[in-house]
Amino acid sequence: MIVGDSGEQNVGAVALNEGDGAAALSEADVRRIVRSELERAADPGGRTAAFIASKGTLDWAYPPLILATTAAASGMDASVFFTFYGLNIIHKDFERLLKVSPLGNPAMPMPVTMPNFVLGLPGMGPVATRMMRAKFAQKNVATIAELLESARDLDVHLIACQMTMDVFGYSADDFIEGVEFAGAAAFLAKARNAHVTLFV
Amino acid sequence: MSNTHIEAGTLVDARGLACPMPIVKTARAMKALEAGQVIKLIATDRGSVADVPAWAETTGNELVEWHQDNGAFVFYLRKGGAQRDG
Repeated sequence: MIVGDSGEQNVGAVALNEGDGAAALSEADVRRIVRSELERAADPGGRTAAFIASKGTLDWAYPPLILATTAAASGMDASVFFTFYGLNIIHKDFERLLKVSPLGNPAMPMPVTMPNFVLGLPGMGPVATRMMRAKFAQKNVATIAELLESARDLDVHLIACQMTMDVFGYSADDFIEGVEFAGAAAFLAKARNAHVTLFV
Repeated sequence: MSNTHIEAGTLVDARGLACPMPIVKTARAMKALEAGQVIKLIATDRGSVADVPAWAETTGNELVEWHQDNGAFVFYLRKGGAQRDG
C-alpha cells in the first residue's frame, strides 16, 4: 500500500515520495512510527547516552569510543566520562600509554599457547600491543586516534574526571583538545536523563 | 528485490571499513542533505546488515532498499523529514 494523500503522511519522520512508488508503508508501519515519534517527544532519555571509561588499555579503549561515536551518529547526545586509568584514552600521549598485556588475560588469542611465566617476561607486553595493533589494522578497524577525531566531529562530550586527574598528577594541558573537566555530580546529571548508561 | 533505478545524489563508500565507521560516515553525509534526498552507501562490514536498518530507525531516516553486490552491501537511505542528528 502506498500512502498517498491520506493525511497520515504528516507523521514527520517518514519522507514519503508519492509517484515513484519506492516508499510503500503498511498501516502497521505508520502506527509504529507514530508511536515511536510520540515516545521520543515525551521522553528525551531515549536520545541521551552517558558512558564511563575506566580502563586504560588499548583493547578497553575501543568499546566506549565506538559506542559514543555511534550514539552521536544516531542523533543522540553522547558523553564519555573518563576516570582512573580511562584518562589514558584522552591523554595527549595516548598512542604510547594505551597498551595491551597478555598477562592474566587467558582470553587473549595467542599464536601459540604460552604459560603465564613466559607472558610475564619483559618485552611480552610490547609484542602483544604490536600484535593487537596489527590485527586491528589488518581488519580495517579505526585507530583510537580516528575514533577520537570522529567523536570530536560528532560533538561527543569527552569529560575527564577531575578527582582522578588530581590523584595522578595530571593537569588540563595533559589532555587532547576539546576535553571537558567535571566530577561525579556532572556525570550523574547527564546519566539520570539517559536511558543508555554504561560503565566500561 | 533489486530496485536499481533509485537515484542517489550522494555516495558513501565505506568499503573495507569496520564498525562504527560506515555509520559514522553515513551520519556525517546525511547531515549535509535535505529531507527526501537519498544516499547510496556501499559497505563490506557484515555487521552493517543489522546496523544500517537499526540506525535508520533510530534516526528517522528511511532505508529504501538494500542488496548484496559482489560481496558488498549496498543501501539506499532517504533522509527523513524530522532528522534528529545534531
